[in-house]
Amino acid sequence: MKLIVNGAEHELNVEPEMPLLWVLRDELDIRGPKFGCGMAQCGACTVFIDGEPMRSCSVPVGDVAGVVTTIEGLTPDGRLHPVQQAWIDEQVAQCGYCQAGQIMSAVALLEANPNPTDEDIDNAMSGNLCRCGTYPRIRAAIKRAANTTTGA
Amino acid sequence: MGIIGKIARRTFLVGTALVAGGLAVGYYFYRKPYPNPLDDELAEGETTFNPYVKIAPDNTITLIAPRAEMGQGVATTLAAIVAEELDVRLDQVIVEHGPAGHAYVNTTMLEEGVPFPHFDESTMAETMRAGMGVLGKLLGVQATGGSTSVVDGYYRMRQAGAAAREVLKLAAAKRLGVEAGSLWTADGVITDPASGKTFTYGELAQEAAAFAPPAEIRLRERAEWKILGKPQKRVDMHAKVTGAPIFGIDVRLPDMLFATLRMNPYRGGAIVGFDAAEAEKMPGVVKVLKVETGIANGFAVIADNTWRAFQAADAVKAEWGKGSYPPNDADIRKVLEDALRGSDISYGRNDGNVETAFADAPRERIVEADYSVPYLAHATMEPMNATAQLKDGRLDIWAPNQAPTLVRQLAAAAVGIETENCFVHTTYLGGGFGRRADVDYAIYAAILAKAADGRPVQVIWTREEDIGQDMYRPAAAGRFRARLGDDGLPVAVDMRIAAPSIMGSVLPRYFPSLPPMGPDKTITDGSANQPYAIANYRVGGIKAPISIPVGFWRSVGNSFNGFFHESFMDEIAVAGKLDPLEMRRRLMADHPTAVNVIDKVGAMSRWGEKLPAGKAKGFAFTLSFGTWVAEVVQVEDIGGKIRIEKVWCAADPGQVIDPGIFTAQMMSGIVYGLSSAIGEAITFADGAAQQSNFHNYGPMRMSQCPAIEVGLLETANRMGGAGEPGTPPSIPALANAVHALTGKRVRTMPLLKEVEFL
Repeated sequence: MKLIVNGAEHELNVEPEMPLLWVLRDELDIRGPKFGCGMAQCGACTVFIDGEPMRSCSVPVGDVAGVVTTIEGLTPDGRLHPVQQAWIDEQVAQCGYCQAGQIMSAVALLEANPNPTDEDIDNAMSGNLCRCGTYPRIRAAIKRAANTTTGA
Repeated sequence: MGIIGKIARRTFLVGTALVAGGLAVGYYFYRKPYPNPLDDELAEGETTFNPYVKIAPDNTITLIAPRAEMGQGVATTLAAIVAEELDVRLDQVIVEHGPAGHAYVNTTMLEEGVPFPHFDESTMAETMRAGMGVLGKLLGVQATGGSTSVVDGYYRMRQAGAAAREVLKLAAAKRLGVEAGSLWTADGVITDPASGKTFTYGELAQEAAAFAPPAEIRLRERAEWKILGKPQKRVDMHAKVTGAPIFGIDVRLPDMLFATLRMNPYRGGAIVGFDAAEAEKMPGVVKVLKVETGIANGFAVIADNTWRAFQAADAVKAEWGKGSYPPNDADIRKVLEDALRGSDISYGRNDGNVETAFADAPRERIVEADYSVPYLAHATMEPMNATAQLKDGRLDIWAPNQAPTLVRQLAAAAVGIETENCFVHTTYLGGGFGRRADVDYAIYAAILAKAADGRPVQVIWTREEDIGQDMYRPAAAGRFRARLGDDGLPVAVDMRIAAPSIMGSVLPRYFPSLPPMGPDKTITDGSANQPYAIANYRVGGIKAPISIPVGFWRSVGNSFNGFFHESFMDEIAVAGKLDPLEMRRRLMADHPTAVNVIDKVGAMSRWGEKLPAGKAKGFAFTLSFGTWVAEVVQVEDIGGKIRIEKVWCAADPGQVIDPGIFTAQMMSGIVYGLSSAIGEAITFADGAAQQSNFHNYGPMRMSQCPAIEVGLLETANRMGGAGEPGTPPSIPALANAVHALTGKRVRTMPLLKEVEFL
């Protein structure tokens, strides 16, 4: 089975029902996506499949038809994405464990909707849990990133 | 463990003398109560000056922040404390957690464990605190908890930075033939203003290590600070926005195996039947074994991939023995109710004469109420895990943990090696909240490493295990009564609180030979130690005999006592027809800091201004972990459902070392508290927890999160903590707002059993 992750093609020899998350983490050593719940409840494992945000813990690798992008592949040159920069500017992360998933969801939101309202943000981000209470700063960072990208 | 008692008795006798010495600047580096753990792990050419500073010849400067970085920003703030005096920029240093070591003892945690409220500065209270500090030093427990890290490190780590700076100056002075006092330092460079010559710290480090630091080093005044007192960019932020592999579950080692556990859901019960035949045949499975400890019993699967371990664990047939506690919530509630009626009560406060005050009280002047809260899970985003390798008599443990010296001792004991042959590598923690002050996950990893023939094993719990095998925040119940005076103010308040003892659960878990403890002050923390002046004021705690494992959950006893005390105070204000803020101002008039935070939050929230229909505010105050906190929550009725619109918080920790990080911690504590208040509960049926994952243990999501505004004051006499004090008042402030909005007084958690939230 072939899998394209962050532009690189991998040949895999795993059970097709193995969730994409564990293929990434334990087989390909791509550890940006985190394990939080295993049932698409927390969003810590969020990756893009053909640009769509998906919970990789609940996608069997055999069902992956498109190319996979993880936070490691968010920018082609390894520089910070404007959303990551906004996260730094707003000093969002606390424990940081959920933040890779939060950032992936935020990037997807802004690509679909460059000027989200508070309600748009809440709707798009409510699948990503944070236990440290960084939600207010996530909102601020998304607005900052929206201003940066639309202003540029 | 009689030795603790013996040490305690001895140290109390000599406590004050020792500590008087301990406060002298430089004590820590002269007396060197413990060896420097960095001595054993220096890179080629690297020099260490004390347990907090390492410098390499190329001027790579490494600072040790020996507390668990679990989100609270402690790595940044502790490094900033050393950097301020060492005279280096935070962006030019590497910050590491460092090895486990008694040199990194947390003495403040024990000091604050004395049975005196924070505001009590009497000789007795101070002597006890000093004695506990010395005891702490003797036990040498390195731990992160009790919101103590910055308070504990504030003097010691500035001294460490200053002592290293001064010996570097002595080395430069010797080279130049000038007085050290004539040299300048900045950004890791020493300058001789007379000749214009400069040296990096790295150039001088090896020579400097030979000098003893001066006996008296003047620490900088606040006005001279370059780093402290100002918001710093967190040293871990870049790693955390790029998904870097910094957590326990990200550890990778050559030849590593992956494992998972299934422990008996009937807590403490045995594993009586075990059939692994099918699981052993599954792809990738290396070994299936029973794991039986004094903490929990069950089995583990070791495999070549985490998911394969999960799958195989599902295929094991196990039969579980029952736990020795009431199996259903109703039975648990009955034990709490019985305890409330019991006579084995320990009074954390007993002012005036409560019995007399109630004896002749007219019925209409009495307010009575019963309160209760459920068990709660920590639900850190990173499930419990640890990685271990046992090879050639050496045990290495990589673990996100809050108690490295305890991990070292107990993991070593679990595999039968000496403590000094166990090496703990503390990773970043994907959340802690007190859960990782327990060390069960590390003990299990050590046991599995012993079964793995020298290969490293990473043991990851499923979310279901993480919630099912948590060391919960205890359930609790309270019975309260107050007698109001003619002015509406309470003249007598009587509180009885029953809960399983946290200390009585944690200590025997790891030290089964310890004798039973005395009273557990965590049962009344947040009720018995509040700065209210009420003529007759009694708060008693009763241990409820329920053996479901409980532990430290952000703000510990304050997490339920904050709710009990402050919701009941709100009931008193309503009954006495007093404004809740004004009532607190009057009852806490002896404590200007309390009045300051009340006034501040009143101004921030425009308390007293009329709100449009369908909106209401609630107020609460809690002094916990040395920080005085007043909060106002505003709620809104949206079609019969409640939305939490905004929270204002005024906090006074005496001194704020990093206002950005401190503010983030208050927000974090508030969200953690509100999340529990809206909808979190662990309930029991047939002996097992009924919640298992985020679909039925539901923390707050972004759509439910209010805007939060934090104001900081620095008027308190003593420094307080950051990580926990935001939590306790958030819960009653919300419940009080719900009452103000709906007229419904909710006396049990979570609120969604009684009202609907958006």
